[in-house]
Amino acid sequence: MNQAPGLHVPEPHLRPGDRPDFSDLAIPPAGIVPRPAIDSAPHDMRELAYALIRVLDDDGIAHGEWHPHLSPDRLIAGLRAMMLTRAYDSRMVRVQRQGKTSFYMKSTGEEAVAVAAAHALDRADMCFPTYRQQGLLIARDWPLVDMMNQVYSNSHDRLKGRQMPVFYSSREAGFFSISGNLGTQYSQAVGWAMAAASDSDPRIAAAWIGDGATAEGDFHYALTFASVYQAPVILNVVNNQWAISSYTGIAGSEQATFAARGLGFGIPALRVDGNDFLAVHAVTSWAAERARAGLGPTLIELFTYRAEGHSTSDDPSRYRPVAEAGEWPLGDPIARLKSHLIGLQAWSDERHTALEQALADEVRAAGKEAESFGTLQDSGGIPPETMFDDVYRDMPAHLVDQRRQAGL
Amino acid sequence: MPAMSMIEAINSAMDVLLTQDSSVMVFGQDVGYFGGVFRATEGLQHKHGKARVFDAPISEGGIVAAAIGMGAYGKRPVVEIQFADYIYPATDQLISEAARLRYRTAGEWWCPITVRSPYGGGIYGGQTHSQSPEGIFTHVAGLKTVIPSNPYDAKGLLISAMEDDDPVLFFEPKRLYNGPFDGHHDRPVSSWAGHPDAEVPAGHYRIPFGQARIAREGSDVTVLAYGTMVHVALAAAQETGIDAEVIDLRSLAPLDLDTIVASVHKTGRCMVVHEATRTCGFGAELAALVQEHCFFALEAPIERVTGWDTPYPHAFEWEYFPGPRRVGEALLRVMSV
Repeated sequence: MNQAPGLHVPEPHLRPGDRPDFSDLAIPPAGIVPRPAIDSAPHDMRELAYALIRVLDDDGIAHGEWHPHLSPDRLIAGLRAMMLTRAYDSRMVRVQRQGKTSFYMKSTGEEAVAVAAAHALDRADMCFPTYRQQGLLIARDWPLVDMMNQVYSNSHDRLKGRQMPVFYSSREAGFFSISGNLGTQYSQAVGWAMAAASDSDPRIAAAWIGDGATAEGDFHYALTFASVYQAPVILNVVNNQWAISSYTGIAGSEQATFAARGLGFGIPALRVDGNDFLAVHAVTSWAAERARAGLGPTLIELFTYRAEGHSTSDDPSRYRPVAEAGEWPLGDPIARLKSHLIGLQAWSDERHTALEQALADEVRAAGKEAESFGTLQDSGGIPPETMFDDVYRDMPAHLVDQRRQAGL
Repeated sequence: MPAMSMIEAINSAMDVLLTQDSSVMVFGQDVGYFGGVFRATEGLQHKHGKARVFDAPISEGGIVAAAIGMGAYGKRPVVEIQFADYIYPATDQLISEAARLRYRTAGEWWCPITVRSPYGGGIYGGQTHSQSPEGIFTHVAGLKTVIPSNPYDAKGLLISAMEDDDPVLFFEPKRLYNGPFDGHHDRPVSSWAGHPDAEVPAGHYRIPFGQARIAREGSDVTVLAYGTMVHVALAAAQETGIDAEVIDLRSLAPLDLDTIVASVHKTGRCMVVHEATRTCGFGAELAALVQEHCFFALEAPIERVTGWDTPYPHAFEWEYFPGPRRVGEALLRVMSV
């Protein structure tokens, strides 16, 4: 009698101690994927869900129909925002190690995902981010001090110390409050977009979800509603290969791309090199143009790599080769845009180093200012009686009573 | 004033606000063209257009999530979950998101959504069309939970819910949609016609949350009830001849504790009646509050008459449903101490 094949459990090719090797990853050359007209029929664009849209080649030269032809000034602004995001992340991890806050999550290696999108969207467009899109706030020139105040839960934290670090919120910057229940923002973004559409509002919504959280029901809800109501929304999947210690196979990447999830809903879906600032900018602009023209949603899979641990509470050396990040075949988004700008003779190593220094100084100054308002170490100076505020618009009697019982 | 059934009163509340407030949007399964399986939204799409009243996919989580996003945009969405038994896929969006959005952003965002849902038994709905899940939501900080017992209250409370800046769960006792029901299932069905609480103003009015209604004044025992059980309790009082004071809570959260406490101090006895399962039900909270606030006034243990701690059975509807016989027996028990 033949033995039954048994349960298939996906397993990454490499584990700690193995030599990093991405040779099995199909990386097509830059510039070969065609850019369809925004009003092309979704079924004519199905191949884009399995392609990999790249503009910058390994030498930093831009190619093909997706080349967005941005001015050097705009490219430098993008480079600056990505570098500032990295400098900010770096300082925040240091202060976490010093015990000034409880937790932090870096976006290292994924800066283009948020920054290029922010530069392609209008400032008034509404973002529903997940954990690693702090670059949206930075690209929208949101003050670092305000972000740090949140990370420190200090006396100037607008969220009154109620959220873990990096769970930012900024109505003014069009940055929706981050939730730890992964995926919930994705379906909410579609609701926001439906409301905008019902008002014929030119603003659109954009949402981000990790590859791991696409397994949540909210991903399915979002795609269903976006498709049914043709909502003006950009649905981004940040495929950074890892959901804490689970590689993308556990979220279902072995049999189809994440972009391909959109096809069954008739949602145009693009797969893009997430470490290529120009490519991310180009696909976001394309999707935004579609949404604003009333052509409905677009799904974008951003193919990238989480270069650091999931958070400061994580040790990736326990589940993947330590040197893997350095071997990622799509490189580093900052280095690639830098090389492109140098090729355009719009940038230089000297200017880059000088900017790096200036941004480090900017972050340090912001850090000092934020710390002058306190850190988690000194409880930040937020009055504890505020714990009872904002549960409802008006405090009900039982909370007034409980606040009194708490002696506050 | 026109006489309205509860379903007509609920329809009228939405109609009034759709007319007055352009930010109101109404959607859910079958609520658009068809007007809802219980007819709560009948005619609303035709009158207000399908951009404001429309059908939604069978996706309770998606419906509530979309409503939260619309609320963040500045709309006042009202969604229907076709049966309260189907609300569970939406609990993450309700409990983790809607309830806490204001808190987690210190008031930067909020969630002015109303979730309407028919609940409760009495229609042979079995275990998937009869549940009373209110206790799950009254346990959650940040949510409001409201349950009307008659057409007049249904309209005034629903308008308050729709105008509220916080998320409101509005559970509608489906057995009361078309007529009052006192639990005597073997008697002819009655309609709301001629009932004093079916005199419903055509226009806008509100019944504020946190104000219970004394449905029957009495001096022997305080009966705390809501929804269908208000009518059952009234019948039980009449049939036993016990002078019960029946309090219709109307809103469970916020709760009108003052009215409860004043009544128990007057009567010295208390019982709680609900259709939901007993263990950790809302009655447990009511009993705890009454003993905290009225311990020295109590002359008897607090009675609870509830659904049994089983799933709601199809064939044994009336063995499960806490009808006037069980409520009456409990009244006699609490008076015998």
